[in-house]
Amino acid sequence: MIHFFGMGGIHVILAAEQIGTLWGIPITNSLVMTWVAMALIFIFVLIVNRSIALVPGKLQTALEWAVEGARGYVGETLEDEKLAERFFPLIAGLAVFIVTINELEFFPGVGSIGFFKGEEFVPLLRASTTDLNTTLALTIISVIVIEVAGIMGVGFFRYAGKFINFGSPVKFIVGIIELISELARLITFSFRLFGNIFAGEVLIAIVAFFVPYVLPAPFMLFELFVGAVQGIIFGLLTLFFIKLAVTPPEAGH
Amino acid sequence: MDIDSARLIGMALAAGLGVIGPGIGIGLIGGGAMHAIGRNPEASGKIVSNMILAIVFTEALGILALVVSFIIKFV
Repeated sequence: MIHFFGMGGIHVILAAEQIGTLWGIPITNSLVMTWVAMALIFIFVLIVNRSIALVPGKLQTALEWAVEGARGYVGETLEDEKLAERFFPLIAGLAVFIVTINELEFFPGVGSIGFFKGEEFVPLLRASTTDLNTTLALTIISVIVIEVAGIMGVGFFRYAGKFINFGSPVKFIVGIIELISELARLITFSFRLFGNIFAGEVLIAIVAFFVPYVLPAPFMLFELFVGAVQGIIFGLLTLFFIKLAVTPPEAGH
Repeated sequence: MDIDSARLIGMALAAGLGVIGPGIGIGLIGGGAMHAIGRNPEASGKIVSNMILAIVFTEALGILALVVSFIIKFV
């Protein structure tokens, strides 16, 4: 989180602060925020589920349009209905979860309500995507799903054959480069999400430090937009890489 | 020079030089997209969504540079 030291400057804390332990596991404020986001999503889903009618009201129409649209897009991209059924919940779930966390960061109370631990101010809630642990966890989920999708799609040996290919020296080197870029995905996925949201917070803190009245508002609007886009991009990129993984390697390259 | 000044200079250099490449890259992508839309305005939906995807990739590199600069200064 970012704290102001009077006229001294801005104090940026990269790691999430721990606010307690549960049976020996440290609980950080970003973990509490993920629980809050999960609870909100669950409550929203339960409320909407209860009021599903045959002649839909406005909220239900909007949600149906969104879900149909997303499902149609996933089906188009994957070009296979079975795969789309299998992967749509994960992609939509990732997108909705990340967008919720990113948007919740701008609610009053997040980052400002907390307690003093000695000299340090420790906020109770903090946007989880500003904690590299959360983004890394989501990335590991995505990468494992992409690999498993590839193995299930084309078989283990053909999928491994995309990377380790003894056909000719050129193909071997291309395969190694592909392997390295697959591993680099771990870093780019997590750092893209982490960097965007964290840099947005630092930007708003700096603007608030210099011009506290009115000026932070357009920057917060921009960060709202960036948060939504980054969540959708996370799901979309997972989708595209799944598509790449299940494509059989070209013959006669 | 002491470590604090070195950190400041390092942070500024990392952030400043690091965003030159992605800045030029995003400009090129946008320009290419504008050309394509100019030739074929009907396909602008598909072109724009592909453009956003390409921009996300290049922006990630710029964000990487920014994160490195934060780490230099604050860790």
